[in-house]
Amino acid sequence: MSAGTPNIPPELRRSAPVLEPGHTYGSVTEKISAIVLTRPTSMGWFVGFSIAFSLAMLLFMSVAYLILKGTGIWGINIPVGWGFAIVNFVWWIGIGHAGTLISAILLLLNQKWRTSINRFAEAMTLFAVMCAGIFPLIHTGRPWFAYWMFPYPNTMGIWPQFRSPLIWDVFAVSTYFTVSFFFWFVGLIPDLATLRDRAHPRAKQVIYGMLALGWRGSARHWHRYQTAYLLLAGLATPLVVSVHTVVSLDFAVALVPGWHTTIFPPYFVAGAIYSGFAMVITLAIPLRKVYGLEDFITMRHLENMAKVMLATGLIVGYGYVIEFFMAFYGPDKFDKFLALQRLTGPYRYFYFALIFCNIITPQFLWLRKIRINVPLLFLISIVVNIGMWLERFVIVVLSLARDYTPSAWGRYAPTFWDWSTYIGTIGLFLALLFLFVRALPVISIAEMRELVAHTSEEKK
Amino acid sequence: MHTRDPIHGHDHKNGHEPEHEAGDDGVHEFPLDLAAVRARLASSPGKEHWRSLEELAADPHFEELLHREFPRQASEWDDSLDRRGFLRLMGASLALAGLSGCGRAPEETIVPYVKNPEGLTLGKPLFYATAMTFGADAMGLLVESHEGRPTKIEGNPDHPSSLGATDAFAQAAVLGLYDPDRSQVVTHLGEISSWGTFQAEATAIATALKAQGGAGLRLLSGSVTSPTLVAQVAALLKQFPQAKWHQWEPAGSDGAREGGKLAYGRYVNTVYHPEKADVILSLDADFLGSGPGHVRYAKEFFRRRNPGRGGLLAEYGVKPMNRLYVVEPTPSVTGAAADHRLPLRMSEIELFARALAGKLGLGGLAVLPGKLGEWLDAAAADLQKHRGASLIVAGECQPAEVHALAQAINQALGNAGKTLDYTEPVEAQPVHHIESLRALCTDMYDGKVDTLLILGGNPGYDAPHDFAFVEKLKKVRVAIRLGAYADETSDYCHWHIPEAHFLESWSDARAFDGTISIVQPLIAPLYQGKTAHEVIGAFSDKPGQTSYDLVREHWKTLDVGGGFEKSWRKVLNDGVVPGTALPSIHPLLKWNPASLPPVKTAPPDELEFIFRPDPGVFDGRFANNGWLQELPRPLTKLTWDNAALVSPATAEKLGLGHRIASRGGEHGQVRADLVDIELFGSKVTAATWTVPGQADGVITLPLGYGRSKAGHTGTNKGFNAYAVRASWGLWAATGGKIAATGADYPLACTQYHFNMEGRELVRAAPLEEFHRHPNFAQEKGEAPPKELTLYKEYEYPGYAWGMAIDLSKCFGCNACVVACQSENNIPVVGKDQVMRGREMHWIRIDRYYASPSQETGLENPDAYFQPVTCQQCENAPCELVCPVGATVHSAEGLNDMVYNRCVGTRYCSNNCPYKVRRFNFLRFQDWETPSLKLMRNPEVTVRSRGVMEKCTYCVQRINNTRIEAEEDNNRKIRDGEIVTACEAACPAEAIVFGNANDANSRVARLKAQSRNYTILGELNTRPRTSYLAAVRNPNPALEPPGKTETEKR
Repeated sequence: MSAGTPNIPPELRRSAPVLEPGHTYGSVTEKISAIVLTRPTSMGWFVGFSIAFSLAMLLFMSVAYLILKGTGIWGINIPVGWGFAIVNFVWWIGIGHAGTLISAILLLLNQKWRTSINRFAEAMTLFAVMCAGIFPLIHTGRPWFAYWMFPYPNTMGIWPQFRSPLIWDVFAVSTYFTVSFFFWFVGLIPDLATLRDRAHPRAKQVIYGMLALGWRGSARHWHRYQTAYLLLAGLATPLVVSVHTVVSLDFAVALVPGWHTTIFPPYFVAGAIYSGFAMVITLAIPLRKVYGLEDFITMRHLENMAKVMLATGLIVGYGYVIEFFMAFYGPDKFDKFLALQRLTGPYRYFYFALIFCNIITPQFLWLRKIRINVPLLFLISIVVNIGMWLERFVIVVLSLARDYTPSAWGRYAPTFWDWSTYIGTIGLFLALLFLFVRALPVISIAEMRELVAHTSEEKK
Repeated sequence: MHTRDPIHGHDHKNGHEPEHEAGDDGVHEFPLDLAAVRARLASSPGKEHWRSLEELAADPHFEELLHREFPRQASEWDDSLDRRGFLRLMGASLALAGLSGCGRAPEETIVPYVKNPEGLTLGKPLFYATAMTFGADAMGLLVESHEGRPTKIEGNPDHPSSLGATDAFAQAAVLGLYDPDRSQVVTHLGEISSWGTFQAEATAIATALKAQGGAGLRLLSGSVTSPTLVAQVAALLKQFPQAKWHQWEPAGSDGAREGGKLAYGRYVNTVYHPEKADVILSLDADFLGSGPGHVRYAKEFFRRRNPGRGGLLAEYGVKPMNRLYVVEPTPSVTGAAADHRLPLRMSEIELFARALAGKLGLGGLAVLPGKLGEWLDAAAADLQKHRGASLIVAGECQPAEVHALAQAINQALGNAGKTLDYTEPVEAQPVHHIESLRALCTDMYDGKVDTLLILGGNPGYDAPHDFAFVEKLKKVRVAIRLGAYADETSDYCHWHIPEAHFLESWSDARAFDGTISIVQPLIAPLYQGKTAHEVIGAFSDKPGQTSYDLVREHWKTLDVGGGFEKSWRKVLNDGVVPGTALPSIHPLLKWNPASLPPVKTAPPDELEFIFRPDPGVFDGRFANNGWLQELPRPLTKLTWDNAALVSPATAEKLGLGHRIASRGGEHGQVRADLVDIELFGSKVTAATWTVPGQADGVITLPLGYGRSKAGHTGTNKGFNAYAVRASWGLWAATGGKIAATGADYPLACTQYHFNMEGRELVRAAPLEEFHRHPNFAQEKGEAPPKELTLYKEYEYPGYAWGMAIDLSKCFGCNACVVACQSENNIPVVGKDQVMRGREMHWIRIDRYYASPSQETGLENPDAYFQPVTCQQCENAPCELVCPVGATVHSAEGLNDMVYNRCVGTRYCSNNCPYKVRRFNFLRFQDWETPSLKLMRNPEVTVRSRGVMEKCTYCVQRINNTRIEAEEDNNRKIRDGEIVTACEAACPAEAIVFGNANDANSRVARLKAQSRNYTILGELNTRPRTSYLAAVRNPNPALEPPGKTETEKR
């Protein structure tokens, strides 16, 4: 964890620092809080936000039309009863994995480099889970009755059907969202207090003040805060594994060939982390560029995330191989057939594309040269995001399109409304991120100060 | 808001409907003159006079004056929601939708009976016997009536054409009755007129005609078997001696009529007895799927399709399995049921028949080349071996010569009087239809036709194009049309009279064997419908008689014991007039096949165009029936369109093909190449469809499509094959040209994939192998042990409902599909939704092809049908995954679907390996059209959007019977007491439902057979529906044993 020599350009250093040298408590605080408090809102922000918000409006319009007409506005049918909605749900949930992983697991493992990316990764998680949560709700035929999936006391005297993985989903996703939210919010409290203290107009002071929950920075506060934060991290850790495990059970519990495999839970979790890190990279690169945060989100961060991506990508690749292996090793003729359908069936081009995106592309990350090449890394992260979306598409759609009864085989193709809903959630996600960047510190000021202390100690 | 029954005086409305204030609902803008109504009714001759009083043609709301037809039937309904009220409620529910979402049914007000009609228990349906005429046949029916609304059709077990079963057409008749597109008013020159005005005109015409002896008066009808109508026509022709009666059935069989005449020198009617035949040869005859008596023939034929191992044979004295040979140019359901099927070009059928005649010693050539010769030798030897127990059936579309040959061969084999009988013709006046129509057209052209009465039919659409019927019709001074729809013909007629549906009319009709039924109405005409009796009556000496009067008058001498009234009631009750089947006659063959001129076969490289009635819309008469439009055709599985059918080899030669679309795909949308067909100088553009089993070089053009004026459902669907159908090439033509246009056309096909992918869904074996190896079906699948589940096993101490479907018997006729649709209020979704893979039929009839050998490959594969409904699994994958418990296991083993609990995640459907669940992706039900509300079965929930549905084993029927049994000393439900809609409709008796817990029930005994297996049983779903493997009975001479698939393993 040495700081390195200032004469060597950052991209040539073997081990980049997690914080560029020369920062003090004041400079860190100033630099991060300025984004929220003092920097004028740029034209670029307005343009970006407008586009994102327009897309979010497209989502609201699509959902309104959906509720008006029914799920028939999408391309789903019998046999392919689940289409974009479930593909997008799994994709967003997967993206929502990186935040908690970075915050909780890396915190417990005492990985310092997580500090400058955890805040916005957590925010990203929350927004991704929000986007994800929309889909199971609206994909039902009668979304106004979707609350029946919750166990609540009712005059009908009926419980949900607890054997159904969809019910497990309800619990897993809502728990994940709740814990992630609190984790994020608790982490924000000291920074909110900082903002309260530095904000100018009275209104801002009041709002930040209320959100800071009376934080005064006393030692007792800090003590309680650290305990709570660690506890939440402990709580969140199993969730990283459980959410996508449960999501994978939606498929693995069903008997559809291509879904019904025991490898799904680990494979889905790895895939989720894979796509989650890809998304963090996709977001971090423009963010550090636009707001000049290269000192805080350093090459070290990018490189580490690239390594995680490579590792999880290899696990995912292993999953693909094992899927094929098990299909032919096992006795099930339907599994064999489906495995071959991946290569020869109607969605084979999707499968080839997904192999390219998820397995071939990340192999470039073996090379350090590419890991520290920011534009290339950005490109790879986007390719991986696309690849992971394709993976879910192939799992959901192809398996349903080619199941047990050949006479009932069919195909699925998205309609305008499928696309508009999907793109709409991307809009919602980005709009929320834009608001987040303007309203809250994208990097944890308190933890950065700690990092300053550590680095200065190391210097001594 | 109906004023009802002023005669019986219990007009009880206003007090009960407080929200229908005067001026509130639009009715009072057109006050109903009750005084006038009463006066008019008083002046009408009989008390049974249906009259619909006023109709606001521009307004969907209409007032009907109804009264009770016979004491036990209530003919009124409480459609208390008028348009404005409906809109108000819709407004309210839309407002609600804003708050709580959508999908609420509009509220309605019910008005109870003040005086309950005699014999009626509310909620309990009544059944009435009637009959549906169809060309020269009539099918006896029992119609279920709920509070005076006919809702469901069943076959009449006492009727010879039905024996309790029905076909898809009869099942769909209910929708035909309530079709909102039916013509509703008398029109004159396109303007709304009235029956009274027409009657005045008719009287004037009659007076004028009388002076000239009726010269210039012409009648055009279809085949007529109604004794009353025949008598009326005869009386009319007597009154106007120079008038003429013409007949035209576009899909009728001149060949059969003229063939009989050729063979016997007179018109005869042939009645087959397939049950008595051991070997049957069909010369392009689809006698199981269409034509007079086909439902009965199917019943008889499939009674002989028990392979006879496993107990049933001895127990029931079942006769050994028969054998069916079929030669045909285009695949039919009969061909699919055959043990040996040979695709031949239309022109080769006659060649084949001649060679067969030669083989049997009737003279003429007796040798055919190659494989065809082998086939002929084997069939001929088989037939000869079964002299007196064999049967040759010639097809409706075949020319007279083939029919005459079939008669001669039957005679030579000694079959007459054994497997077939002859009677006098069923039609009152058999004529050569094409000549009859030609004569009419010539006379119209010559200006000899002054007044033309067109009773039914639709010659403006379906007459051969070279007749230019419509052009000639314009020369007629007064053309009067009785038709159910204001269609292509009505456009060119001066008068259009709305025709009453058979469920609204009094009439009578003969079945294929001559048995007479009285057609009685189930409901007063919904619109101002009139019958042919009344229209002819309008020109008679005694105008104004109702059809009820006319029919009763005709039968006034009826006495089957106890005098007329008693006999009349008995005949109405039974649905048949006893002893009216025509006696058999024994005509002498007056013809020698050797006298035929040398056969002309089309050169092999010349394309042959053949015309066939469509299995869905027939000759076009059902074009506006959504159930039939959306019915997947048995072999092509096409819906909503017809297509020119070609064989794979011909398609390749012509460079035609189809591409699976990405949306819907194999289960929905296929884009087919369009071709221009030029035949006899006229042209039509058609989509093409490749059909395995089609004879090479033959292009089948299904009739009945391309209607330009059929109604909302049927207009502009498919292509009009009549456009290229000429009088000299009514069923087959050569010399046409076909050229791909380069464009394609989306077709809605519900099952494009026809390969089983080695999944043993249909298991089949030849009879010989089955006898050697009775367990072949069960050995093809594995049955996992029962314990392989985490969950506790269910126990069924009472009933355990189950179903067994015999694949040896199912021939894909589709009757069950429509029966189910009618019984269970299943919506029609339309072509666009079918193309997206969202059709709603609870029964899917899977059609798979299997090639017995490499060489027959796609050219002539065996076709199998497998009706797949909810399998009612005991370890149901659907139940496990529903998050809200909307699909649950009942104590009797049904997978109950709780519609109002369903939130619509579709997880159950994804997890269903049989894919039998259907989802309401949109609001598919029509909740607005008033007439369709009357049609629905009140015992079955009308599902809204967002809800999953599927086969329930007709749980409403189970519960009805349960209630009856409980009322009756709490006795056990007897075997066969519950009949599901599909089982009731099945002409082949392939579907059996019952209590699997009772070892003596039919279903339990079938399930105990060695042929019994469940599909995808290896998944441990343990379905309650099981299948009996298909066993075919091939001729060892043609298909040597020991080369079958199972043996090879």
